[in-house]
Amino acid sequence: MADPMRIRAQAGGGKATVRILMAHEMESGQRKDEAGHIAPAWFIQEVSVTHNGKPVLSADWGPGVSKNPYLQFVLKDAQAGDTVGVQWRDNRGETRSDQATVA
Amino acid sequence: MTTLQEKPMASRRQALGHGAALAALLLGAGLFTPLARAWNAQAFGAKSIADALAALGAGALSESADVTLSGPDIAENGAVVAFAIGTALPGVSRLLLMVEKNPVPLVALFQVSPSVEPAFSLRAKLAQSSAVYAVALMDDGRALYARREVRVTLGSCGA
Repeated sequence: MADPMRIRAQAGGGKATVRILMAHEMESGQRKDEAGHIAPAWFIQEVSVTHNGKPVLSADWGPGVSKNPYLQFVLKDAQAGDTVGVQWRDNRGETRSDQATVA
Repeated sequence: MTTLQEKPMASRRQALGHGAALAALLLGAGLFTPLARAWNAQAFGAKSIADALAALGAGALSESADVTLSGPDIAENGAVVAFAIGTALPGVSRLLLMVEKNPVPLVALFQVSPSVEPAFSLRAKLAQSSAVYAVALMDDGRALYARREVRVTLGSCGA
């Protein structure tokens, strides 16, 4: 299983700023090693976020997102104590989910 | 045993009826989406911005001051370039980040939802100096964009 994501959610003014750092190689499929072999594409394709169990965000990514992806957004109607869940799925079908409490 | 064989067509029709009723119930409850969005391989395989937009069903492209794109003018490391895309416009269905000169111009696509502000920060790879676009795909089919030029002093794809 992949390394855990770091999720930080900070409440303020009825909203919460969510910052996520995912651990993933995000191999574009363009890179060649010294022998000239292409490193196969391996990247997160889908990201979904839930807020207190309800789906609130869905994103599709391509190989152009940087390694160890960073994502930041603002959740409306959120307060301290709420739960934010994040799940990603990559092109190999591997998935990872983590959650955090809004501070 | 004989009752099962007597009217096979009627029981199949019944089964289909029950299946359809169940599907309708589940659809109504929002628990089951047979037409659930799949990762758009055509859009993420497109080699040009125009092809990616066509694969996403985007309509006429026009520049808009109401779509925001922030990022550096010069990126020292093309592997990690930070951008923020957003819009305050109502009626937006999706927000995209695209890098014109990348092998795959479509970098990311966000489904805009009423629970999240339509603004996202992320880091993208830039293969070389390029124009970068934030595109808001509207419910009415229009595609509104903001554009920046980013110069890269160390490219990311072959290095």
